[in-house]
Amino acid sequence: MYYIDPHIHMVSRVTDDYETLAKMGCVAMSEPAFWAGFDRGSVDGFRDYFRQLTEFEPKRAGWYKVQHYTWLCINAKEAENVTLSREVIAVIPEFLDRPGVLGIGEIGLNKNTKNEATIFLEHLDLAAKTDEQILIHTPHLEDKYQGTRMILDMLCDDGRLDRQRVLVDHVEEHTIRAVLDEGFWAGMTLYPTSKCTPERAVDMVEMYGPERLLVNSAGDWGPSKPTAVPDFILAMRLRGHSESLIRRIVYDNPVKFFSQSRNFDFTPPEIFEPEERV
Amino acid sequence: MSTPLPAPELLDREFLEIRARLLHVASSFDRIDRAEGAVEADPRLAKIHEALAILSDGKPDRAERIQLVFSRPYEADWRAALSPRGADPKAR
Repeated sequence: MYYIDPHIHMVSRVTDDYETLAKMGCVAMSEPAFWAGFDRGSVDGFRDYFRQLTEFEPKRAGWYKVQHYTWLCINAKEAENVTLSREVIAVIPEFLDRPGVLGIGEIGLNKNTKNEATIFLEHLDLAAKTDEQILIHTPHLEDKYQGTRMILDMLCDDGRLDRQRVLVDHVEEHTIRAVLDEGFWAGMTLYPTSKCTPERAVDMVEMYGPERLLVNSAGDWGPSKPTAVPDFILAMRLRGHSESLIRRIVYDNPVKFFSQSRNFDFTPPEIFEPEERV
Repeated sequence: MSTPLPAPELLDREFLEIRARLLHVASSFDRIDRAEGAVEADPRLAKIHEALAILSDGKPDRAERIQLVFSRPYEADWRAALSPRGADPKAR
């Protein structure tokens, strides 16, 4: 089955992973800007990172016919440095019209601090003024519930935002309902030890339905599995779900959400229906 | 939407995995018991026991409720302390 991974950090992965993903049916992916594992020292470090996301990664993905899209921001962890964050936010508009840039992300909260909230709101303001879509990171473990609720409060406070163009990612059992009830898209991240397993993601599909729901690997430099979306596809099949429902979540939904971005210039894969085969 | 598989079939499929995970938890407790030092006062242990009680209470939404056991609480008036706009969300 063809699928799209809507959240994966390919700058942290080797080229062999692109090849493996292509072999497993991945036809497109989107890569939000994130924390590199260390705090960068200057705005020029981010400018180079944005060039990597908009120039080299699409080229590397293209070697395997995978279409690469991206989101730009300074992440919540580095947002503790408010001065640097404002310098980075000022640079982002230089890149927003580049091919494949879908919007602002992954912004959000990490430890739910005042500085993080300050920079989150300034990113929202940039997205509203430039009419960009938004992809949001929600915090880890014990901070997730509180941080997700704070993020929803801030999103709902801003009447300029179209909730159908905002994806709140890394939802789990205790946060998914509030995200969907407020009219936002929700992303489930499949990780080996934290976040969500494929089986629990299937549970949430069964409880909440496929509307405005995405599933991703968030593969990065830490313990993660870039082929987690095919694991989800298999878990759905083993649970007895139809191919059309699976396809809706792993392909149709990402296309629907991303299509709201002016830079989503997507070429669908050629799909051969059974009756076309000889 | 519900799960397409009937409950007896789901139990058949998942029994061995549930059994294995229970043994994994039990052996973790045994290991901690055998080790030197005391952890009775560690607040994480209290949360683990609270989660275990949820597992066996027979009520629905166990996963969601256990998630909340391990979560910091949300306070609706968080803006007063943490928002750059203070308590007024409309201030710019």
